[in-house]
Amino acid sequence: MEKFVKLIDTAVPLITENVDTDQIIPARFLKATDKKGFGDNVFRDWRFNKDGSVNEDFVLNNKSFKGSILVAGDNFGCGSSREHAAWALAGYGFKVVVSSFFADIFKGNALNNGILPIQVSEEYLKKLLKKVTEEPNTIVTVDLENQEIITAVGTSSFEINPYKKVCMINGYDDIDFLVSKKDKIEAFEASL
Amino acid sequence: MGKTLFDKVWDAHVVDSIENGPQVLYIDKHLIHEVTSPQAFNELKERGISVARPDKIVATADHNTPTVNQHLPIKDDLSRNQLEQLTKNCKENNITLYELGHENNGIVHVIAPELGITQPGMTMVCGDSHTSTHGAFGTIAFGIGTSQVAQVFASQCLLLQKPKSLRVSVNGKLRNGVLPKDVILYIIAQLGTNSGTGYFCEYAGNVFEEMSMEGRMTVCNMSIEMGARGGMIAPDQTTFDYVEGKEFAPKGVDFDKKVAYWKTLPSDADATFDQEYTFNAEDIEPMLTFGTNPGMGIKISENIPEDNDVSLEKSLSYMNFQKGESLIDKKINYVFIGSCTNSRIEDFREVANYVKGKQKAQNVNAWLVPGSQKVAKQIEEEGLKTVFEAAGFQLRQPGCSACLAMNDDKIPEGEYCVSTSNRNFEGRQGQGSRTILASPLMAAATAVEGKIIDVTKQLN
Repeated sequence: MEKFVKLIDTAVPLITENVDTDQIIPARFLKATDKKGFGDNVFRDWRFNKDGSVNEDFVLNNKSFKGSILVAGDNFGCGSSREHAAWALAGYGFKVVVSSFFADIFKGNALNNGILPIQVSEEYLKKLLKKVTEEPNTIVTVDLENQEIITAVGTSSFEINPYKKVCMINGYDDIDFLVSKKDKIEAFEASL
Repeated sequence: MGKTLFDKVWDAHVVDSIENGPQVLYIDKHLIHEVTSPQAFNELKERGISVARPDKIVATADHNTPTVNQHLPIKDDLSRNQLEQLTKNCKENNITLYELGHENNGIVHVIAPELGITQPGMTMVCGDSHTSTHGAFGTIAFGIGTSQVAQVFASQCLLLQKPKSLRVSVNGKLRNGVLPKDVILYIIAQLGTNSGTGYFCEYAGNVFEEMSMEGRMTVCNMSIEMGARGGMIAPDQTTFDYVEGKEFAPKGVDFDKKVAYWKTLPSDADATFDQEYTFNAEDIEPMLTFGTNPGMGIKISENIPEDNDVSLEKSLSYMNFQKGESLIDKKINYVFIGSCTNSRIEDFREVANYVKGKQKAQNVNAWLVPGSQKVAKQIEEEGLKTVFEAAGFQLRQPGCSACLAMNDDKIPEGEYCVSTSNRNFEGRQGQGSRTILASPLMAAATAVEGKIIDVTKQLN
């Protein structure tokens, strides 16, 4: 996993609440057996019209907006547990998702794939969405070490599990850690 | 202070704790399927790690299996490839697989309980959000991502932060025609789709105590739709009777020993929960969803809300419904009875009981998709197949089918489908499809009438 310490970039506003993982990556694209290529189909049914043409109204197709930070409406990532949603976002180039609420499984999947989910207050989110929509060049700074998101609408601190923070900063993942616990796991099994 | 059911099961599985961090939780059973496992197998291979406990993993093919002509090779190249990968991975790693055509094959959350793999007091995971189903047995069961599938492969453990506890109690007497599906759709409509996020939910009260195991599975299945990681119901005599005699259930003295332990699991009387909600059974009616998330539900007697809300307006525009209107008399051309929510034998008995002697409306395509080969067999043995065929319903072969439309069973664009599945997201049942979630009884009535009706008017 890539290390994540600090990120300074512009943001893409997605003013939609309850974005479920079926929208992030529709089920018909889950047939691959590796993690690559999902970025091409992220938000597929919103990005493209039914005839396959580009939906100019969707924010990802608006050339004014770019950057590796997605700012989305409340309750992002609900629904299916598919990690393909995180692979799709990462594959497209997103490194941070900001929202006022994240579904549990999505949050875990994001962290396991080097995407930082930042939960801010509804009030802050509202201001941020307005700002980045009106001024697409707005710079957003994400400082994981100090757990802060810094923008023109102010600074907001965010929570992250201390263990997960260490993992993100060092690019570690859980498998290495769990495998290192082999003796304890075997002792536990022996006690069953 | 007393412990909750969740505390008791969780605490019994903690291998280690990290200071200020997650705990290492031991997993008793790991269920896998073709969609969320291939990348996890690859991950292990790349790292040169072998699967730690293949005997604690059970695999099935379900998400993109066809529901007709299952004996023939799968036409879709990508689906076929995914299933072949699963077969290959299971063979290489010595994992039990119930592949297409096997007598134990079916939807992962249907087969594990019916084979006795699911037992009270366990920890169970699967790369599928509806793993919450198994909580009906007093099991901690939850969906995981593919990275976590790889973690369980590598260590039979997961790193997790203990969730908070929530209890939803429903007491009283359910009205005629109100099914477990209506109970959970009502709860989600009342609480919203993110009310359970960060929590593990226990369902309590006489309504759940009096429910069959199938009904309890339907309720726990949809816990994820209110954001909860999982739902649980305390094991009791109903649970023990269901488990006893199942293929992989403990037998004889071992079973009695287990039951003695399982009886210690229900929440202590003085246990406290981080959050509690209570509802009256009498307030619940048959439910229907009108929008694009499972929380957008109304009672059959109610009209679509008239709130000024962007999400509501967006979803009504997708569904082509108006604020303030009733769903009664809406013409429906598709009915899907299946999915890990409602494809068990009890669901099909309910449907058969209603359609017996009736005819499906001409405009309706009514798909009946059993959850497993065993359910399909029961449907035949109990004479339900004859009932369905006489009524013009189409009985298909087991699988996830039109719940998420990864196979060929798709609802056409713009069409409404009254569905017993769990999600009404945009395009869930096929691009542009419009899903209305309901109970098997409401779905059966819709198929017969060709439109939505208030089924309670016929029953009373």
